[in-house]
Amino acid sequence: MTRSKITNALHQAWRRAVQTARLCCGVPDYDAYLKHLREHHPERDVPSYAMFFRERQTARYKGTGGRCC
Amino acid sequence: MHSRNADAGSPSIAILPTTLAKRCLWLLVALIGAACLGVVALRRGEPVNAIWLVAASLAVFAIAYRFYSRFIANFVLRMDATRATPAVLRNDGLDYVPTNKWVVFGHHFAAIAGAGPLVGPVLAAQMGYLPGTLWILFGVVFAGAVQDFMILALSLRRDGRSLGHMLREELGPAPGVVAMFGVLVLMMIVLAVLALVVVKALTHSPWGTFTVAATIPIALLMGVYLRWIRVGRILEVSLIGLVLLLASISYGAHVAASPTLAPLFDFDAKTLAWLLIGYGFCASVLPVWLLLAPRDYLSTFLKIGTIALLALAIFIAAPTLQMPAVTKFIDGTGPVFQGGLFPFLFITIACGAVSGWHAIIASGTTPKLIGNEGEARLIGYGGMLMEAFVAIMALIAAASLHPGVYFAMNAPGALIGNTVQSAATAISQMGFVVTPDELLQTAKNIGETSILSRAGGAPTLAVGMAQLLHNILPGGGMMAFWYHYAILFEALFILTTVDAGTRVGRFMIQEIAGLIHKPLQATESWTGNLLATAICVALWGYFLYQGATDPLGGINTLWPLFGIANQMLAAIALMLATVVVVKLKRQRYVWVPGIPALWLIACTLAAGWQKLAGPISFTAAAAKYAQAAQQGHLLAPAKTVAEMQRIVSNNQVDAALTGLFMLLIVSMLGFSLRTLIKAWNTPTPTAREEPYIALVSVTH
Repeated sequence: MTRSKITNALHQAWRRAVQTARLCCGVPDYDAYLKHLREHHPERDVPSYAMFFRERQTARYKGTGGRCC
Repeated sequence: MHSRNADAGSPSIAILPTTLAKRCLWLLVALIGAACLGVVALRRGEPVNAIWLVAASLAVFAIAYRFYSRFIANFVLRMDATRATPAVLRNDGLDYVPTNKWVVFGHHFAAIAGAGPLVGPVLAAQMGYLPGTLWILFGVVFAGAVQDFMILALSLRRDGRSLGHMLREELGPAPGVVAMFGVLVLMMIVLAVLALVVVKALTHSPWGTFTVAATIPIALLMGVYLRWIRVGRILEVSLIGLVLLLASISYGAHVAASPTLAPLFDFDAKTLAWLLIGYGFCASVLPVWLLLAPRDYLSTFLKIGTIALLALAIFIAAPTLQMPAVTKFIDGTGPVFQGGLFPFLFITIACGAVSGWHAIIASGTTPKLIGNEGEARLIGYGGMLMEAFVAIMALIAAASLHPGVYFAMNAPGALIGNTVQSAATAISQMGFVVTPDELLQTAKNIGETSILSRAGGAPTLAVGMAQLLHNILPGGGMMAFWYHYAILFEALFILTTVDAGTRVGRFMIQEIAGLIHKPLQATESWTGNLLATAICVALWGYFLYQGATDPLGGINTLWPLFGIANQMLAAIALMLATVVVVKLKRQRYVWVPGIPALWLIACTLAAGWQKLAGPISFTAAAAKYAQAAQQGHLLAPAKTVAEMQRIVSNNQVDAALTGLFMLLIVSMLGFSLRTLIKAWNTPTPTAREEPYIALVSVTH
C-alpha cells in the first residue's frame, strides 16, 4: 500500500466510525441526506447541519422503541 | 408436506464449505470449541480459568454463525441479495437510508445491548457459572439470534414495518392489540426493575449518589452547549461530558469522606425511589435537547466503551472462576432468586440469551437502514451473538468474585441480617466460607461502608469489574474509582432508559386516551402531556416503590415478573415467525422458530404458574403476611399494620399481573395456532410480503 492509500483507508474508517456513532444517537448521515435532496428534490431548500441536527434530535424521541433494557 | 411449486426457486447457495482447506478449518474450530467446552463443563475440583469459557463461547458463536445462520438465511428466509430493500425503495435520506453494513451493525448492537445482559447473568450466577453459560450459548444460537434475525427479515420484506403492525397483518387485528397491550405492561415493568437496580446500587452510598446526581448538571450543560454554542458537535460535547463525569467520580470520594457533605447524598431505598419517580416525571416533560438527548449520547458511548473495557480486562487479567460450576441452589433454594433451574434460569437470563424487546428494534430503525438483504444475517444474527458475548462477560465478572462476597451482595437482608458478622455466619452455613473481615475489606476497597444485600446485578458487576480492572491497572484507591465508574455507567444508562421509556409510554397512553377524549391525544397539549406522563410515572413508580419496600429486597420479587414478561414477548415474536414460515409454505422448516417458541411458552407458563400458586408464589407471600397481620404479628420489614397490608396488596397485584401475562400468552398461542392451521391447509402461500422488485431496477 502506498501512503495515500493508507491515509484514504484511515479516512474512510474514521468517517464510518463517526457515522456509526452519530447513528447510535439517532442522527443520520448529513451528507447522504444532502445527496438525496440534490438528486430527488432539487427544488427544496437545503437545511444547514444545525437545523438538520435539531430536527433529528426531536424526531428521535417521538416514536416507539429505540433501545433495549 | 410442502409444495415446491408454490414457492418457486430453490436455495442456490450451498451451506457446507466447498474446499478441503475450508472444511479442515471449520473442523478445527469445532474441535477447539468442543475441547474448551469440555474443560468448562467437566473439570471438577480445581478452578477453571475464564479464558476457557471465552474460547468455548467464541467457537460456538463462529460455528453457529457460519452454519446455522446461513441455513436460516438460505432455506428458511430465502434472503435474496438481488431483491430491493425498503431502504432502497423508500430512500428519504432520513429514516430510510441504505447504509454501510458495519455502520448498521454498530447501530443495531448499540440499540439492543443494554443493562439487561449485564444484570440477568449476574443473578443467575447463584446456580454456578455452568447453567448460565449453557443457557446463554444454546439460547442465543437456537432462540435469541433466530428471533432477532427472523423478525428483521420479516420486516425487511414488509416495508420495514413494526412488530405490532406485522402481528395485525399476519394474525389479525385482535392479536395485534393484545400483543401491544403486553408491550406497554412489559415496558412499565422494565422501567420499574431498572430503576430498582439504581436504587439498590445507591442506597446509603453518598459517593454513588453524588456522581449520579452530578450527571444532571453535566447533561444540562452539554444540552445547552449542543443547542446554542457548538450545534450538533456530538463527539466534542461527549468528550467534555466524559471528562466532567470522571472528575465527579474523583470528587465523590471527598463527598463520601466529608462529614458535612456526605449526609446530603445519603438516602435510604424509599427516599431514592421517590427521588427517581420525581426525576422521571420532570425529565420526561422537559424538552429532549436539554437533558435526555445529551445524556443519551453520553450513555451510549460510555456503554460501548465500558463493554470494550470489560472485554479487555477479561482477556488480560484472565481471572479464575471462583464460583463452583454448579451450586446446590439449582434445587430452587437460592437466596438471590427463588425457584428451580427449570424454569427460573431461563426467565432470569433473558437479555443475552433471548430477549423479546429486540423484536421491537429489529422491526424498528434497523430494517430501514439495510441496503441489501444479504447483510441481514450479519446484523440480525451476528448482532445478537455479540450481545450474548456481553452476557458471558458479565457472568465471568460475577463468577470470578469470591462466592462469599457474591452471596453477601445478592442475598436479601431477611436471610443474612444486617451486620457483617451475621452475613458471614449465614453465608458460611450455606457452604461458602467467608469471614466478616473479608466482607469488611471488600467494602473498604470499593470505598463503601457496606456491601450487604445490594442485589440487582449492578453492584456485583461493578465489584467484579473493579477487581478485574484493578488487576490490569493497579494503583492505590483505584478499585474504589473503578467501582464507582461501573455504578455510574449503569445508572446513567438506566436513567436514560427510564426517561426515554417514560416518554414512549406517555405517547402510548395519550394514544389510548385519545380514543376516549380526542384532545388528550395532542402531544403538544400541556394538559394531555402532563396527565399522560403522570399516569405513566405512576404505573412504573408503583412497582418501583413496591420493590424498594419489599421484604425480600425487591429484585427477588420483581425480576421474575420482568423475565416472564420479556420472554413472553420473545415467544410472541417467535410465534409470528413460525406462522409466517407456514404461510410461506416452507413448513418443513417450521421447527426453526417453532421449537424455541414452544420452549419459551413452556418456560413462561411454568414460571408463571409457580409464581401464582405454590410455596414461592406471590399468593403464598400475600397469605403469609395477611395471616400474620390478622394475628397481630409484624413481619420484617413492615413496622406497622398498614405496611403489612401494603405488602399483602403488592403481592396480590403481582399475582394478578402474572395471571394476566399467562392469559396473554395462552391467547396469543390460540391466535397463532388458528392462523397456522389455516395456512397449513391452504395449498398456496398466504404471507403478506411486498412484491419482489429487483435491486438493479431501482439503483439505476
